[in-house]
Amino acid sequence: MNSMQPKTWSMAGGIQLAANKQQSLQGPIRTALLPPQLIVPVTQPDYSQPQLCVQVGERVQKGQPLVCVLSAQGLAAHAPAAGIVTAITTHAVPTASGLPELCVVIDTDAADTSWHKLPPLDYMQSDIDTVIQRVAESGISGLGGAGFPAHQKLRSSLGKVDTLILNAAECEPYLTADEALLRERAMDVLDGCLILLRITGASRCLIGIEDNKPQALAALRSHAGDPRLHIRVIPAKYPSGADRLLIHALTGTAIPASTLPIDCGVLCHNVGTVFAIARAVLHGEPLLSRITTITGAAVQQPANYEALIGTPIRELLLQSAVDTTRLSQLVCGGPMMGTALANADLPVTRTANCIIAATEPELPLPQPAQACIRCGFCAEVCPVQLLPQQLYWFARNREHARALAHNLADCIECGACAHVCPSHIPLVQYYRATKAEIAEANDKQQRAHHWKLRFDAHQQRKAVEKVAEEQRRAERAVLASQKQQSGTAATLSARDAVAAALARVQAKKAAGDKLASGSVASSNVADDNKDSRS
Amino acid sequence: MTPAGYFIAVLLLLALVQVYCAVTSIAVSKSGVEAISMVDQVNALLPQTQCGQCGHPGCKPYAQSIVSGGPINKCPPGGAATIADLATLLGVPVQPLDPEHGVESPRNIAWIREDECIGCTKCIQACPVDAILGSAKHMHTVIVSECTGCDLCVEPCPVDCIDMLPARTPLQGWDWPRPDPGLAGPVPVATDRMPGTSV
Ligand code: SF4
Ligand code: SF4
Ligand code: SF4
Ligand code: SF4
Repeated sequence: MNSMQPKTWSMAGGIQLAANKQQSLQGPIRTALLPPQLIVPVTQPDYSQPQLCVQVGERVQKGQPLVCVLSAQGLAAHAPAAGIVTAITTHAVPTASGLPELCVVIDTDAADTSWHKLPPLDYMQSDIDTVIQRVAESGISGLGGAGFPAHQKLRSSLGKVDTLILNAAECEPYLTADEALLRERAMDVLDGCLILLRITGASRCLIGIEDNKPQALAALRSHAGDPRLHIRVIPAKYPSGADRLLIHALTGTAIPASTLPIDCGVLCHNVGTVFAIARAVLHGEPLLSRITTITGAAVQQPANYEALIGTPIRELLLQSAVDTTRLSQLVCGGPMMGTALANADLPVTRTANCIIAATEPELPLPQPAQACIRCGFCAEVCPVQLLPQQLYWFARNREHARALAHNLADCIECGACAHVCPSHIPLVQYYRATKAEIAEANDKQQRAHHWKLRFDAHQQRKAVEKVAEEQRRAERAVLASQKQQSGTAATLSARDAVAAALARVQAKKAAGDKLASGSVASSNVADDNKDSRS
Repeated sequence: MTPAGYFIAVLLLLALVQVYCAVTSIAVSKSGVEAISMVDQVNALLPQTQCGQCGHPGCKPYAQSIVSGGPINKCPPGGAATIADLATLLGVPVQPLDPEHGVESPRNIAWIREDECIGCTKCIQACPVDAILGSAKHMHTVIVSECTGCDLCVEPCPVDCIDMLPARTPLQGWDWPRPDPGLAGPVPVATDRMPGTSV
């Protein structure tokens, strides 16, 4: 490293892992063969029912929209190839839940290669909203892992962001999709950075890349002419590519779990996503394909594929000459944070960056956990400097308040602790489950509080109605009595009765309000008590 | 020290104690801790579905019954979690949910099949949180975000056009599970192992 290397901040903890990246970088990116059938997921980010704009039996063109996006949160999807929609059905997809999601099944037509693209957009001349709209229309969501819709991320960053970060770290072993993309198409990726700089108004773009990717780095260096683009090389160490850790490594800002990077003036995007944005804006191409690494010792020709979204994973494995007799596990994503797949019939999704067809010695099945021996290895490697052993203890005993007090929320679920744990304790699984339990408990409490207010308001309304009814009755009685014997005394006493009843309701309401605010405080107090007791 | 010196020292000490007591009592009354009645503390742990399955007309009346010594296991929407919270608060043993009052089940939301509704307003009158919208002889509908899933509107509907449907789809309701017990390990910490237990 020369003296010109600008400052980067080093990561606490972390682990050195065998990279296993060379296998899939032997040749250039291959174009995957057109499969006979595509299974295109049309799931929305909030799992709501998407508004489909195709029907079963309909002929679709390459690039034709499948989902009509009605809300700002919606995510578009397009037919990746021409063909006929043969089914709209739920199908298993490579996600952690393994639950089936709504997919549009297309029987492809290899003869029809026409592609209806949108016109290219001059992003310097168009207004910002038009450019974001183009990103939204192109159905781009984060290709790195989280899968958040890119247009939404851009909209919420408007006016807030000063630094753009291109995440090219790709720190997980086996993954080479981003590296391959940078080696061959660095120019497009950097064009994407310029587009994002224009949209967000950020003053600089920091490109974070690990030092074990010399060819990708060289490609970046040769195209990064714009003075706002700054390449920052960081040491290869897992998990340097986690959003918040990379932001810290490049800017020195540590962002707590309670804050979004955007609110600290930083917008972070993955290489694949930025590439897709560049294609959408400069060439009018919606997101129809992604680069997926097919690797692992059970495939004879590991490689990167440009695969259409919806391509069955089996097709890619066959093109890489998979040896099913040696195959022990299929993992989507990296070996540290990826998900084991039930079978190979699942489609490639936007987030499917890597498929590892592993043999048994390569990725051994999880072993039964032993008791914690308090070795402290986990605390040494935690990049967020948490105390995984303590967190495990609290998670296991469902001590939510104490787990939170030990910053469970800041855990990035990188799995470094579980990787080094000599007792094979599935630490991350405990943390994820506990986070989910805490979120659910919070939701429940918020719901209960809201319903309590609604119920009190309902009681209040009924009481007021009752008084009004009493008043009507009293007035009727007065009218009736006035008819019989004219006199003012009766009217006065009826008025008094009404005034007294209204005063009663007012007093009750005041007491009720006090109790309502009191009960909120009480739940906090109960929490505190619990904490100090334990 | 002279006896007078001792006397002054004791007086000073007493004065200090006085000041301390005064300060703490102000702090305690300011913090409002005393103001929260037991009924409200119990009520804050109940799910506020207001369904009446416990045999009381709402959660607060049930909270009152618990505070006066009633059983803590009569609330099906709260289920085991609520019973555990109540047991901790009151320092009483955890009990299983009393099946006489119902079983724990996933949260539901009421949906009116709107084209079948005759606009009789009976459901509006039954809803404990005013989550139903409509007027006489016109179609009614449920404001989903306000519905507690209490089930109280279903019975009064003369044309049976209200369905109770799950509040979340399986995908929306999915969460990371706890580790497979087979992988979870025998005792949390090796040195905590009880003598004589084999692992
Ligand atoms: S999974 Fe969480 S606790 Fe474990 S090393 Fe990573 S950040 Fe730390
Ligand atoms: S690495 Fe595993 S055994 Fe060691 S202290 Fe952490 S949890 Fe315990
Ligand atoms: S059973 Fe229904 S009314 Fe009774 S406490 Fe539980 S939620 Fe409230
Ligand atoms: S009770 Fe049934 S019919 Fe009557 S207003 Fe309600 S939904 Fe309509």
